[in-house]
Amino acid sequence: MLDNNLGRITGVNGNLVTVEFDTYVTQNEVAYAILGEKKLKAEVIRVRGRRADLQVFESTVGLKVGDPVEFTDELLSATLGPGLLTQVFDGLQNPLNKLAEKSGFFLERGIYLDALDFDSVWNFTPTAEVGAKLRAGDSIGWVPEGIFEHQIMLPFAFNGVWTLTWVAAPGEYDLKTVIAKAVNEKGEEREITMVQKWPVKIPVDCYREKLLPVKPLITQQRIIDTFFPVAQGGTFCTPGPFGAGKTVLQHSLSRYAEADVVIVAACGERAGEVVEILREFPELEDPRTGKTLIDRSIIICNTSSMPVAAREASVYTAVTLAEYYRQMGLNVLMLADSTSRWAQALREMSGRLEEIPGEEAFPAYLESRIASFYERAGLVKLNNGKTGSVTICGAVSPAGGNFEEPVTQATLKVVGAFLGLSRDRSSARRFPAIHPLESWSHYKSIVDAKQIEFARGILRRGQEVNQMMKVVGEEGTNTDDFVIYLKSEFLDFVYLQQNTFDAVDAASNEERQQYCFSKVCEVLNTKFTFESKDTARRFFQELQLIFTDWNYMPFKSDSFNKQEEVIASKIQENLRHA
Amino acid sequence: MRKVYHRIIQIAGNVITVEADNVAYNDLAEVTTSRGTSLAQVIRLADGKVSLQVFAGSRGISTGDEVRFLGQPMKVSSSEDLLGRIFTGAGKPRDMRAPIEDKLIEIGGPSVNPAKRIIPRKMIRTGIPMIDLFNTLVESQKLPIFSSAGEPYNELLARIAMQAEVDVIILGGMGMKYDDYLFFRNTLDEHGALSRSVMFIHTASDPIVECLLVPDMCLAVAEAYALENKRVLVLLTDMTNFADAMKEIAITMEQIPSNRGYPGDLYSQLASRYEKAVDFDGAGSITVLAVTTMPGDDVTHPIPDNTGYITEGQFYLSKGRIEPFGSLSRLKQQVNGRTRADHRTIMDTMIRFYADYKETLEKQSMGFQMSSWDSKLLKFGSRFEKEMMDLSVNIQLEEALDLGWKILADCFDSTETGIKTELIEKFWPGNK
Repeated sequence: MLDNNLGRITGVNGNLVTVEFDTYVTQNEVAYAILGEKKLKAEVIRVRGRRADLQVFESTVGLKVGDPVEFTDELLSATLGPGLLTQVFDGLQNPLNKLAEKSGFFLERGIYLDALDFDSVWNFTPTAEVGAKLRAGDSIGWVPEGIFEHQIMLPFAFNGVWTLTWVAAPGEYDLKTVIAKAVNEKGEEREITMVQKWPVKIPVDCYREKLLPVKPLITQQRIIDTFFPVAQGGTFCTPGPFGAGKTVLQHSLSRYAEADVVIVAACGERAGEVVEILREFPELEDPRTGKTLIDRSIIICNTSSMPVAAREASVYTAVTLAEYYRQMGLNVLMLADSTSRWAQALREMSGRLEEIPGEEAFPAYLESRIASFYERAGLVKLNNGKTGSVTICGAVSPAGGNFEEPVTQATLKVVGAFLGLSRDRSSARRFPAIHPLESWSHYKSIVDAKQIEFARGILRRGQEVNQMMKVVGEEGTNTDDFVIYLKSEFLDFVYLQQNTFDAVDAASNEERQQYCFSKVCEVLNTKFTFESKDTARRFFQELQLIFTDWNYMPFKSDSFNKQEEVIASKIQENLRHA
Repeated sequence: MRKVYHRIIQIAGNVITVEADNVAYNDLAEVTTSRGTSLAQVIRLADGKVSLQVFAGSRGISTGDEVRFLGQPMKVSSSEDLLGRIFTGAGKPRDMRAPIEDKLIEIGGPSVNPAKRIIPRKMIRTGIPMIDLFNTLVESQKLPIFSSAGEPYNELLARIAMQAEVDVIILGGMGMKYDDYLFFRNTLDEHGALSRSVMFIHTASDPIVECLLVPDMCLAVAEAYALENKRVLVLLTDMTNFADAMKEIAITMEQIPSNRGYPGDLYSQLASRYEKAVDFDGAGSITVLAVTTMPGDDVTHPIPDNTGYITEGQFYLSKGRIEPFGSLSRLKQQVNGRTRADHRTIMDTMIRFYADYKETLEKQSMGFQMSSWDSKLLKFGSRFEKEMMDLSVNIQLEEALDLGWKILADCFDSTETGIKTELIEKFWPGNK
């Protein structure tokens, strides 16, 4: 840090501070506004003449014209190394639990702690040998972190080819200790510890190539995996009005999605919801590993009452951590709830900068910012031939629940799947409230595409019949049409809806989905005959109840198998009567 | 002795600009005019120019008037003596008693570390079946009451203030009609609830800037009490006036409006107040109930819309009743499984039948024939509206549950309800 690179505040407007600097500044570099004993972190976001505009990540109360500002010459960076998993950070990667130990109930401003515990000791096993030619992101060795072999890599910021000149022997080292040395083509030698820093707003690109995402990411949510699948390395969004169940859906994804690492970015939303994750994840078991869910999770939490500028940073911090774990050949799922709050943070800053506003006062660069954020997702082939992926799911909270607004529209342009949550479905208590006719996905489903088309056809026609019935009444509808309507309702109730609060029904794995979906299709395909609409309705009500109970039974258990026979005989009962 | 400035270079709306140095952002100042002294707060610094919003409004301020900076931000007393007292938005006594100036704390403090929050598990009883039974209020919850103009929202708040099982009530009035203020004061006094209440009241005739201070004053006091292990309930009415006051200042400051003239940070501003609702790990709690009148009865208007994204559910007040369909308490699952075994079942069953009743009403109005089932529903619906939904009904949860069973038994037979046999055996009237 250059001690002489100082500036003086000339203006304060909310969290925007204007500073006159002495020598030079770098766009997006970190600076500290000095307020007595405290230093308030800020980021340069615009330079005009000898003045720089800084967004301050804290409350600016008490700052005066003439107060000093210290420039650091470093971009806003994330600290990367072993020990990130299980942690809870704020948007600037301050560990919240340690902060609570230090400052109690409230988030006092100006307190910044190390993201990682530099005194913690890790058991290092080298894998690269002295003389090895390495590129940024190539592995030097590994340490065990929970269930993973956490790779210690040549720092991402090392350009070109480096030759390893020394590597530590296997053993226990803390995070401050040098564990390797390398020299580049110019003969420059550098020391390497297990920790590195990376600027959050720049994508990590230490891989050979980006691949097309094809393999589905199993979320264990039937409507998603079967109808609107998500791929490993893909992107999807879940827009919906308030009360439509966005957060519940994100919680389900964070619990049940079959990813190696899950990063939850609670960005500008309710603190209460994060508390549920914070308190419950350490106790919930991850059925895939037998450990608790927190062991595979990192939580970045910048709730709505925390400073706005840090909210913008939180999303970038989260995606940088995701890219770091991808670099180890892992499949990472990043959940951002909600990207609208992030966009609003951009809007607030843009307003203070007095930029010419675009639609609904969002800045003109909103679309490109959203696009470049989602583009950080992807399936990549690493230098060692392994693959890793970052999948991004963004919740969107459109104003008034209207999808025509700029954030939703900009998001829809760049994502691979759109899971639109609808108020109608949530009011009717049909959860998850993903609309089965308006949503779409470009990725490949776990079941045959023809079957999906057929099932969606039933839903579509069922809806048409339902619309018609509202005009002409039930008595004006013929029985065949009515049965189609009943079939579509049946599909909705027994397959699309899923009870996230039931231990069994909350998660449905790939095999079970394929099995059950073919059973549901069998019902949809069967030509039933009914004497009247009332008998038809009763038949489907009963069948629906049997199926719903089936959903609550563990897959391939005795009760599950027995219930399957009940289903078969119920179907036979009708066919016999015909 | 602090320096006094005499150079006011701009007066626009309620904002004055003065040339001064060594002034801190958000600090207070006293503006002395020929008509008296008013507080003002720094809202922008730009080179030597300081913009201040004047609490009493800018009317009558002359360019030669005195501005004296106090060198500190807005503070409020957190003393126990506040109980039973009534203040203005700026914290001056409204009840003609002595001002209180001990234990001063800053308003609008930092937010709570999420790691120090706990999952809320305690119910707040109100004696209103539509809340206790159907959308239970939970300690630390933040809930708006969405209402159209003319609905009895203040009566509802007053009832909750009188009956809610909490230690302290803090009432914040924003843009309140003077009559409503008197109504609150007298009602709380008559029912002996005034002694556990603190009121910060901004009436419609008071300067608009004071309106902006009300939520922060209320919540700062609430926070101080909660840290002393008190269970605090904050009642705010009406947040729409607060948001409109914010809009007025934003436009005066020439900020670029985002949606229908509201500033771009409306969400963050509302959130930073609502998020003060908390259940502390190892101390008390703050629960927030805030009336939000919906302009034009439109829930997609920016104020109710942003509010809905922040709060943990909402109560819809419509036609003098708490509407069972739109209303939602997101936290009710945390508590209603542990009240009485039949709580969730009665809640679900009655709402389901009430939805059916609404459909039947529609059919009836279209002239379709009524079946015997329809007439059962009609009977149920009218009793439900009269005996449960009416806001004057005042019974404890257990009584309300018993009443629920009684209404069901009077209208249907036990198999028609579809309730689990186990519960029928235990609770169905006649089986007990």
